[in-house]
This record gives sequence, C-alpha cells and structure tokens, in this order.
Amino acid sequence: MVRFILRRLLQVIPVFIGTTLLVYYMVFALPGDPIAALFGDRQPPQAVIDTLRSQYHLDEPFIVQYGLFLKNLFTFNLGNDFTGQPIAASLARVFPVTAMLAVEALAIQAIFGVAFGVFAGLRRGGWFDSTVLVASLVVIAVPTFVLGFVFQLVFGVQLGWAKPTVGANADWGSLLLPAVVLGLVSFAYVLRLTRASVSENMNADYVRTATAKGLSRPRVVLAHILRNSLIPVVTYLGANLGGLMGGAIVTEGIFNVPGVGNKLYQAVLRTEGPTIVSIVSVLVLVFVVSNLLVDLLYAWLDPRIRYDQ
Amino acid sequence: MTSNNSHFVAPIDETPLQATDAVKTDQAPLSLWADAWRKLRRRPLFIISSLLILALIVIALFPGLFTSTPPNDGCELGNSEGGPTAGHPFGFTFQGCDIYSRVIHGTQASLSVGILSVLCVLVIGVTLGALAGYYGGWVDAVLARLGDIFFALPLILGALVITQLPLFRENKSVWTVVFVISLLAWPQMARITRGAVIEVRNADFVTAAQALGVSKFKALVRHVLPNALAPIIVLATLELGVFIVAEATLSFLGIGLPQSIMSWGNDIAGAQASIRTRPEILLFPAAALSITVLSFIMLGDAVRDALDPKSRQR
Amino acid sequence: MRFTRTSKALGIVAIAALALTGCGAGGGTTEGSSDATGDPNKVITAYSNEPQNPLLPANTNEVYGGRVVELLFEGLRTYDADGKPVNALAESIDSSDAQNWTIKVKQGQKFTNGEAITAKTFVDSWNFAANSKNLQNNGFFFESIAGYEEVSAVNSEKTADGKTKTTPAPTAETMSGLAATDDSTITVKLAQPEADWSLRLGYSAFFPLPSAALADPKTFGENPVGNGPYKFEKEGAWVHDQSIALVKNADYSGPRESKNGGVTFKFYTDPGPAYTDLQSDNLDITDVLPSNALKTYETDFQDRNATKAVATNSTLNIPPYNPNFQGEAGKLRREALSYAINREEIAKVVFNGTRTPAKAFVPPVIDGFKEDLKGSEILKFDAAKAKDLWEQANKIQPYDDSKPLQIASNTDGGNKEWIDAVANGFKNNLGIQAEIQPFAKFAEVLNLRKSQQLPGLTRAGWQGDYPSLYNFLGPVWGTNASSNYEKYTNPEFDKLLKEGLAATSTEDANAKFNQAQEVLFEDLPGLPLWDQARPIVWSNNVVKAETGWNGSILYYNITAK
Repeated sequence: MVRFILRRLLQVIPVFIGTTLLVYYMVFALPGDPIAALFGDRQPPQAVIDTLRSQYHLDEPFIVQYGLFLKNLFTFNLGNDFTGQPIAASLARVFPVTAMLAVEALAIQAIFGVAFGVFAGLRRGGWFDSTVLVASLVVIAVPTFVLGFVFQLVFGVQLGWAKPTVGANADWGSLLLPAVVLGLVSFAYVLRLTRASVSENMNADYVRTATAKGLSRPRVVLAHILRNSLIPVVTYLGANLGGLMGGAIVTEGIFNVPGVGNKLYQAVLRTEGPTIVSIVSVLVLVFVVSNLLVDLLYAWLDPRIRYDQ
Repeated sequence: MTSNNSHFVAPIDETPLQATDAVKTDQAPLSLWADAWRKLRRRPLFIISSLLILALIVIALFPGLFTSTPPNDGCELGNSEGGPTAGHPFGFTFQGCDIYSRVIHGTQASLSVGILSVLCVLVIGVTLGALAGYYGGWVDAVLARLGDIFFALPLILGALVITQLPLFRENKSVWTVVFVISLLAWPQMARITRGAVIEVRNADFVTAAQALGVSKFKALVRHVLPNALAPIIVLATLELGVFIVAEATLSFLGIGLPQSIMSWGNDIAGAQASIRTRPEILLFPAAALSITVLSFIMLGDAVRDALDPKSRQR
Repeated sequence: MRFTRTSKALGIVAIAALALTGCGAGGGTTEGSSDATGDPNKVITAYSNEPQNPLLPANTNEVYGGRVVELLFEGLRTYDADGKPVNALAESIDSSDAQNWTIKVKQGQKFTNGEAITAKTFVDSWNFAANSKNLQNNGFFFESIAGYEEVSAVNSEKTADGKTKTTPAPTAETMSGLAATDDSTITVKLAQPEADWSLRLGYSAFFPLPSAALADPKTFGENPVGNGPYKFEKEGAWVHDQSIALVKNADYSGPRESKNGGVTFKFYTDPGPAYTDLQSDNLDITDVLPSNALKTYETDFQDRNATKAVATNSTLNIPPYNPNFQGEAGKLRREALSYAINREEIAKVVFNGTRTPAKAFVPPVIDGFKEDLKGSEILKFDAAKAKDLWEQANKIQPYDDSKPLQIASNTDGGNKEWIDAVANGFKNNLGIQAEIQPFAKFAEVLNLRKSQQLPGLTRAGWQGDYPSLYNFLGPVWGTNASSNYEKYTNPEFDKLLKEGLAATSTEDANAKFNQAQEVLFEDLPGLPLWDQARPIVWSNNVVKAETGWNGSILYYNITAK
C-alpha cells in the first residue's frame, strides 16, 4: 500500500510538467499584448510598455519564459503579478477562502445528495423520487448566474437570513450562501448517481442474504446497499473537489468571494501567465491527491479491489 | 409385497413450467441489445421519452413548421420586454425579438451542442476510462494522469485559446462549442467509468468468463462494461443539460456561438439583462432546456433498466 | 482619467450607466434629503477595486487608483462639482502670452509627515514625473513644457526578431522651461503658447510629491503620504484585493474639506454584489451599477440616488482601412449608418435615460460645447434617409456583404445590449446583416484596433482627463494621436487643433475646436452615439452625496447619518 501511494505521488511530476507547459503555452498563444491591455484607451509612453515587457520577460521566447517560471518555482519565488504584487502572497490569500468554500459545498452536496439519493433509489417512481427529479432539473436548467442572483436577493436581501456577499474576512457563515449555490448543481449529480446505484444494488444477492439473515432494514440499507453504492459517488465527489478548488468563477463573482476563481478569471482576462500557472500548479497537486484519496476509498468500500499486485 | 402404490409422477405434459425450464439449444441466446430492445419497447417511460425526443428532433430540423416569425430579423427595440400579444404568445426579449420563435429556432443549435458534446465525451471518456480501470498498471497511470492534465485546465482559458485557433477564429459554429466542451469535460466521464470498471472487474462473472476462455478485451466489452453502465448513463443524461447551459456561459463570456446562431444558451445569457425587471423572459428557454433534459433522463433510466444484466432473461 | 482594462471590465458599467435628465453643465442633479449636517466622524464604505499601480499620482491612470490619489493629494488647482477649476495650493496663475506662466504657491502648506510644500516641491515632482526613466504613466502630461523632449527622451533599437524595443534615455534631468525662482514662485515656459494649459493643473499628474516618493517610489506607493483631505488610516491601510482605509486629514484646509470621518474603499470585481450590499446597507455608496439595475435603481433606492451628466462619451468608429467605407460610396454609407441608429430610443430603452443622444463629438458638460454644428444633422434618426443613402452608395460601388457587418466589443460591462440594439437597427433600416463581434478580453479588441485588423466597426469611448474641448479631440482624432487607433488623419483637422491650442483666449480656442469638429462631421471617422450621465446610489447610512464633473463621487462631500 505504501509503495502504491509513493508511486502515485511520483506521478505528480509528469502531470505537473505536462499541465504547466500546456497552460503556459495557452497563455502565451493568446492574442493581445497584456501590458498594453493594462492601460486601456490611452497608452502610456512606449518606454513604459517595453520596460514592463522585459521586466516580466514577455519579450523572451516561450521556452525561456517557461524555464524562468520553473526556476522561480524551485527557488520558492513565484515572482510578481502585473500590478507588482507578489504572487505567492495573493495565492496565500485566495486558496484558504476557496478551500473553505469547497469543503462547505462538498459537505452540502454529499450529505443531501446521498441521503436524498438513497430515499429516491429505494422507492423508485414514488412521489419523493419524482419530486427530487423535478427539483434537480430546475437546478440544472437554471444557470448559476441566475440561481446565485435569486438566492442572494431572496435569502440575503429580502429575508436577511444570510450575508448577501462575502468580501474580506470570509468565514464559514458568510460562505454558506455561495456554498449552497455551488453545491446545488453537483447535488443533482450526486443524487442521481446514488439513486442509480442504490436501485441497482437493491436486488443484489448479498442484500437478499442480509435481509434473510434477519438484519434490520436500516442496517441493510446503510451497511450493505449504501456502502456498495458509493463508488461512483465517491469518484464524482473526488473529481468535484478538484473542480471546486479551481474556483467557481461565476459564483465567486456573484458573491464577491475573494477566492481562486475570481483571481484566476482576472488573471486570464489580463493574460497574466505567471499567476495562472501558479494557481494551476497548486490545483495539480490538489487533483492528484484527491484522486489518490478516491482510489484508496475504493479499496475501503469494496474489499475486492486491491492495488498491491 | 407387491407394490401397487407406486410413486406418483406427474405426466410431463401437465406442468406449465415446462416452457420456462426448457433450454432451447437449437436457438442462439438473444444478444444483450436485442434483449434490451424487447424489454424497452414495452416500457411507458421509454415510449413517452422517445416521443418527446422525436418531437424535439422534428422541431430542430424543421423549425419553420412551428413558427413563421423570423427569429432574428425585425427585432424592434420598441417591443423591448413586451408581454404576449397576438402572434407573439410568449412576448418579446430585451431586444424586442419574438421569444416563441427564438425558442423554436434555438432548438437546433442547443440540441446539437448537447447531443454532440455528450457523444464525444462518451466516446473519449468511456474508452479511456474503461481501459485505465480495467488494465490498471501503467495504462491507468498514463491515461488517468492525462485526464488530470486536462482537468486542471481552467475552462475559460481553454475556451479562449481554442476559439482563437485559426480553424475556429473566422467561423465559430456549433462544432467550436462542442470541441471546447468535449476537450474539457471528458476527464470527468473517464473517471466515473474508470471507477465503475474497477468495481466490476474483480467480480466473479468476469473471472468466470475469462476462465471459460473469453479474451481479456472481450470480457471488458461483453461483461464488464454492461455492468458498469449505470453511473455512465446518469452522468451522460445530466451532462446533456449542463452542456447546453455551458454554452450559455460561453456566450455570456463572448466565446460561445455567434449572435446569428440562435440557441437557448444565447437566450438565457441574453435574458440576464432583464432579470431585475422581467425575469420570466428567462423561463422560456430554461423550460425548453428542462424538457429536453427530462426526456433524456427518462430515456437513460429506461435504457439502463433494460440493459441491467442482473435482471436479464436467462 | 482614461479607461483602463479594469475600468473596461467594471468601470464601463458605470459608464454604461449614465443618466442625464437635463443637459448642460451641472444640470439634472436629484438629491436625497438634505440640510442635515450629518455625523462628521463616521467612516463611509465605498465601492472600488484593486488599484493597478503603486499609489503615485503621476503613475495612476485608472479610476480605482485615481479616486484614492485624488483624496490623498491636493494640487495647485482642483475642479469644483461643475468642472470649473479653482485654485487650491496656487495663490495665482498668470500668463500674458499663454506661453510664459507664473504660479504663486501658498505658503505654510505641509504633507502629513510634516514636510513643507514649496515651489521646489512642485518642480521636483514634475521633473520626476516627466523623466522617462521613472516610467510614470502620466509623464506625457508635461509634454507642453519646454525641455520635456530632453527629459522624456527614449532610445529605440531593433531587436533580433525585428521588433523595436524602446528604452528610457533622458538627455536631461530637468525640464529647461520649469524653475522655482523662490519658495513661492514657479515659472513655466511652454514650448508653444497654449491658452488652456492652466486648465489641466488640477489633474493628478501635477500633484506635489514628498521627497520620500522621489527616493523610493515603489515603497512610497504602498503607503503614500500626501497633503489632501484624507490620509491613510495607518501603515498598511491598503489590504491588497480587499480594501483601502482612509481617514480625515485634520490638518487639511482647502476647498475639499471632508464632511465625514473617513472613506474605506471595499474592492469588488463585479458591480452586482456591491449593489446587493447596498440594498442591505453593507456598503454605503457606489458609482458603478450592474447594467441590469438601470431600470430598478430609482425604485430600489428611492431618494437615495443621484444622476448627473459627466464628461464621457461613446462613439462607433469606422476604420478608414475598411474598403466598404472608402471613397464616395463609403462616405454615403457612413452617413447612412449614422441615420440608421435610433439614439433616442436606445438611450431610453437600453439605458433607461442614463445616456443622452450625442449632439457633437464632445459632451455638453464641457465648457465651450456648441450644439447644431454644421453636419450634426446626421445624428438624428431617419430610417428613410438611411435606406436612401445606402442605396445611392450601392449604385456607385456595390457593398461587399459576404460577411455580416461586425461591431467589435468586449462583452463585459453591459456593452452587449446596446450593440445588439444598434446592430438590429442596421438590419431593420439598411437591410444588411449586422452583429456584435464579441470578445471576452478587452486586450483582444485593443490588439485588433492597434494592429488595424478590425473586420468591421468598433465601439470607443472617452472620459475627459480635464474639462476641455481639446481633450476630447486631440488624443482621439489627431493624426498619430495616442488613442487614434484607427489612424484617422486629416491635415485640416490637425491644423485647426493646433491653432486652437495656440489661441490666446479660451473663446478663440473653443471656436477653433468647434470648427475642427465640423471637419469630423464631414469625414465621420466615428459616429457620435451618446453622452453619459452617471447614476450613484447610497445606503441608509448616508444623508447626501453627489458626483463631480467627471463622474467621480465627491467623497469629501458625503454626509453620514
């Protein structure tokens, strides 16, 4: 098992290089001079633009720029963004906020998605099943920018149940509303994945055996059906954690969350290569670790799955 | 002692179970798909959803049958956000275009984006995910990590760059959007497939099949995949809707379909301008989208049931 | 202050959000409940975003840094609410020939760190800003002063890949035309006479800097020390990506004395959440409304909103390199396009009256504005005439309709709605295909414009740096001017501008500038669309607020409950 984990962690290296190279190249390929774009309709003297360009190595060929980024990374110096602020400091600001938001959203979708999914799966075609089907359709068909806006207006402004925006000093309470909005779309996935698995496993032999042994219904459902139904759900949640950490651009925008999504969006609009690649570097680590956790969970959920071969 | 009371043996032609128990050795067993089809065509869920999808396809192919109002010409700002009038049953958009006509004409692009993207994602994601999960080892390492690379790409960055490619820059079409979505969404599908395949690959029936001489690859196609379909179908049906909405987000960011191509996504993005004054403008494209997703979810449910090997006729 | 990228993304919404009830300078202000003097110690929270540069006046050329700098510093002059320059640190500004200026500086003025402000302070600050090696974005504001050429000189060399690289290479450290003859006197010699030169002295590039700023501008810009109505609350009051906290500068005595205890700028990357925060009194004031709130802000904030005309306009530029719009046929087509835009209706429906149809190439709030210039009748909507002109043009030279007529724009900031409306107008009235050419990034539009590769038209806008007709004409339409990306050129126009600048009286200058506009109406390198007014809304914590000539909120004038 230890070897398996070590081997997986070593795989970070090619993924890291592949991703950063690809992302850096994409930023490089974007049209438009990012420095000129900083200034808008009236440009500063050309000397200002050219000096900034060489200051950020934008006049170098792609491979030199990428090499400089790697060199900086290994000396633990991410450099400055185009406004002259150290990138490391801004990453240290945004990642904790988004991590809190992601955990909160993940908890909401996992708890409600699995619970509702089990009930719906046990009584397929029942009124509960039909109701949640319609509810999940609403969540999917209404885009986040509308859903977020409506939630903000109703719960934040009109009812005053939650803080309508997050802003500085984000805490669990102020992040609740965006977490619910974020969790809702994925909630539909979790719910329907759970429902499908549960209804499939309900008729499995081991369930009949367990029932025949005289186990109570809740125990059969929790210990046998649910545990065996969780693999797709866990896979999805693991992948989704990565997605959430990448920041939800729309949701973070609506609720003014000073998180990764907002930062990334601004950086992409500014074609700010170093910031984008730094964020993506952290994300790569998150993805690889979350994938690893998911694979370890597989083995725990289903003892037939073994990795030490 | 002579035994005149012998064991009673029922005459063989008396029991109705005979037909059930008989093994028709002269007949090839029904294939998985033929069997599924036989079950499917009796299910009301399947019939309703198929009819709905058929209707959507007809609307998509022949929008002119359902409305004679041109969707994109004759938009008069004077009609901005106007309510329903004769000939315009849903009222007008912010730009004063006829909502009903736009929803009808938007079906084609939206349905194409949804279905084509899902198909692409299915082909790439299921293939790579199944191979990774089934073979494990270095195949898994390479394919799963490849997925990670694409997963880490920020959506807007990917979309911005792809729409700038010489191939797409001059003529953005449905295919541009399909390409962007597929490229960035397949890793999710691959992971789900991989997980489901890992779960199934050690099952007894797979071992048994291989012991009986079925090749490893054939076992994957014939025995593992059909048993791993449930989560794949769920994901695919939901993603159909999510992709159609994703096109709205892309349009909203200015990297989606051009204005001249009508789509529900374009309309949903456009309705944002009226959200504080006439939010109901949003409802019409969103409702069309919901009906589409609902049809496909129902169809997916029915197909999954029919394909479920655990309930298969032996 | 010009549109920066950020102001494109966000500020433009403000600009997209302009209302004008009356035209003319200072007209049409609605005010909330007045008379209350308010709580002079209360701190106001205000909408803003992360400044792009260290807070140095001569380096700050975007709105969010600009509003902080303007509160932290005080220059020789300042502009009142109507855009009229009034003396602040200057006791007098005189010139007999519009070329040699004598400025008397008030005595006894200090920065908040105790450093005295004298004539020399200004001379040093201006030389610093103009010097090319200090890389100050606003350095060109000193271009009129004799000796600017030398201190701002650059060296251009070809790099290996054939591009030119420009590096600073000043040949002098001080401008020859600038001198402090004693502690209270600055003498300025301009390279040529400019009647309206003193108008620009209120712009932030001309603010004085303490010696610490000149020694280490970057460190200073993180914790600037000024002489304005406000000062940093403490060292590190700028929390990046979050807020900047300013408190009242008790030592300040000038025309802009604060009526509140301080202003904390909270940063938003989107105006939507700020609007929501205002609805729930979590934020006190904003000058940027989400574009979909233009029809609701007056009811959402009853008696808590004000809308005032500002010096910002929009045009639809027609690149001279587009073959469809060249020659005799092109001229007719440009006119046809203009007639086909229903400015009245778009201003009313899309902007809910927060814009007024343009009457010239400059907004009416600028001193010297003149209505009914020759050629300005093309600004009136006339579908029949549009169609007629278009067909006439087609007889001369057929229109290439292989591609729809595209209007390039970034899509953030509420531009899409009006461009769609304009495009629909072209479709309905001219019978051609037209649509927005959307871009997610402002940089892409700028890139196309700078490299002369626009396939169709583009939107453009200008926000005045200082209230003068010239500022709306020279930098935008002058040959090779800094923002003339479409490279319009007409020697007659340039000549009139130059004559206007050299005129010794403002009246003579304005007459020339208005004549220059008639040249523009003849050539139509761009179609004036509308002039803007800016709505602001405030929370229940605020008694009264107003905006200045250029649309910025007069933060020092806000009274709090």
